[in-house]
Amino acid sequence: MDFGTFLVQCLNSVQYGLLLFLVASGLTLIFGIMGVINLAHGSFYMIGAYMAFTLAPLFGDQFLLMLVAGVVLATVFGYVLEWAFFSYLYQRDHLQQVLMTYGLILVFEELRSILVGNDVHGVKVPAWLDGSFALGNVMSYPWYRLFASAACIVLAVALYWVVNRTRLGMMIRAGASNRDMVRGLGIDVKRLYRIVFAAGVALAALAGMIAAPMSSVYPNMGASVLIICFVLVVIGGIGSITGALLASLLVGFVDTFGKVFFADLSGIGIYLLMAIVLIWKPEGLMGRRT
Amino acid sequence: MTQVHTSARGGAFIVPVICAIAIGVLGPMMGNYVSDFVVKVMILSIFALSLELLVGMTGLVSLGHAAFYGIGAYVTVLASGNEGGNLALLLPAAMGAAALYALFVGALSLRTRGVYFIMVTLAFAQMAFFVFHDTKVGGGSDGIYMYVRPAIGKLDMENRMVLFYVVLASLVFTYGLLALVRRSRFGAALAGIRVNEQRMRAAGFPVYGYKLAAFVLAGALAGLAGFLLASRDGVVNPELMAWHNSGEVLLMVILGGLGHLRGAVIGAIAFTLLKEIFSTHAVMGPLADHWQLTLGIAIIVFVALLPKGLIGLVKRISPKEAA
Repeated sequence: MDFGTFLVQCLNSVQYGLLLFLVASGLTLIFGIMGVINLAHGSFYMIGAYMAFTLAPLFGDQFLLMLVAGVVLATVFGYVLEWAFFSYLYQRDHLQQVLMTYGLILVFEELRSILVGNDVHGVKVPAWLDGSFALGNVMSYPWYRLFASAACIVLAVALYWVVNRTRLGMMIRAGASNRDMVRGLGIDVKRLYRIVFAAGVALAALAGMIAAPMSSVYPNMGASVLIICFVLVVIGGIGSITGALLASLLVGFVDTFGKVFFADLSGIGIYLLMAIVLIWKPEGLMGRRT
Repeated sequence: MTQVHTSARGGAFIVPVICAIAIGVLGPMMGNYVSDFVVKVMILSIFALSLELLVGMTGLVSLGHAAFYGIGAYVTVLASGNEGGNLALLLPAAMGAAALYALFVGALSLRTRGVYFIMVTLAFAQMAFFVFHDTKVGGGSDGIYMYVRPAIGKLDMENRMVLFYVVLASLVFTYGLLALVRRSRFGAALAGIRVNEQRMRAAGFPVYGYKLAAFVLAGALAGLAGFLLASRDGVVNPELMAWHNSGEVLLMVILGGLGHLRGAVIGAIAFTLLKEIFSTHAVMGPLADHWQLTLGIAIIVFVALLPKGLIGLVKRISPKEAA
């Protein structure tokens, strides 16, 4: 492997890791704060990707506008979903959460198959992001991937800022460590949860929209990303956004370089990583011991 | 899930024994479709029972149980070769391989608890899935065929009725074994762990060892179900280990009602029937093409209305049964 290829793979790793972080951060919010095991989180990613597939032709080159429209739609969708289903799940035990969200996956998958079919689709990269950025003759890298990384970094910073510097973030953090206390302080926990859930859905859908032009849009994409998200959350430590970021980047590198060096068995790389982390720290890298 | 269930009465066995005898007697009278369906349900019942040992009896929610099922099935096909294998060797091989992987997975994942455990078991199942999906070991994503079904002397599973009775015997064996486990000291310890792990540890019980033993036994029994499935279908593919399959079997256990062996069986029957009905055109019309939608909605409604499972429903209707 020459230096240029190595550099490209590093950029790919970071880009993939950041994208995973976007999905996983939504799950971390829903999971760490509300304590709901949401198996349907991958479906939100899939819905985002299909949204890009449907919306992109309408918006043409207004890619950013399309992202905004998609996020608005996803937020509304998340808000309604929380009101209709998830608000009943907080008091239930994990088993029932697993079950009900499993039922939701089946519903989402089938609705997708009815509405858009089971074909694999591609989404065109907007014209202004087409082409590659060249670094002399060492390497060249697609502009769109750079844009995707930049967008994820902006979002990660924004998320960090909201969680650590705002009143809403303060409530979120307090809610993560002690739900009853937050309720006791007179904060409208119901509304807080609804907002956080909608934000989690929006983050996952946004990740799906950003990913769509890079990878194809296909029926099983929700399930595959869901499992990776679980791995991320376990490696990072439940409820820790920093842990999720760290884990995402680690997994990005392991997965990308795994594909380069061990093409056949690359699928198990991240699970091996998880096993190693858990042997070392059962509560995850940034998790608190319970 | 919280109360310690005590069913030390001998009467608890009467219904299952009658059911087993009835199935055995009716077997030869069933048509191909019905007997095939019954075999499928019995295999899934064994699979669900093996998970009930973990979820219902020990309080360990595993979302990766399909791995052991799939490994049992794969070992059966891989070890049987072109001329077909000896049942007496294939069956222990399938169960042993599943138990071995369960030992590995259990040893690592039992260090974690609760939600972590759910996800770690899921991830280890995915590992098994990818090994078979991405490598050529078992024919990759297409899976492999078994050319000749397992046999030993006259006991040839190529024969439909032999298969039927082997599966029935396996179900009776699994049910009986787990019923014995429940009533044993070991079962009592597992129940204690489910209710209060800290107290059991404080009382000097080797909690980790007990949980690991339960995990390995559950894995071996899932391997038995996998062996039977491979013998029935004559083909295996990685989808057997996909997490959807782990989700489905967990669903069966909960659908039936946790904490009861018959709950797992009832759940397996109910789930398979629902799936069959929802995907049958004669019943559902054009909606049958979208059985996932109806099944998904049914699951959601079910969770919303029946948190205690079908057994809970029976108890609600006739409180006497519960006494």
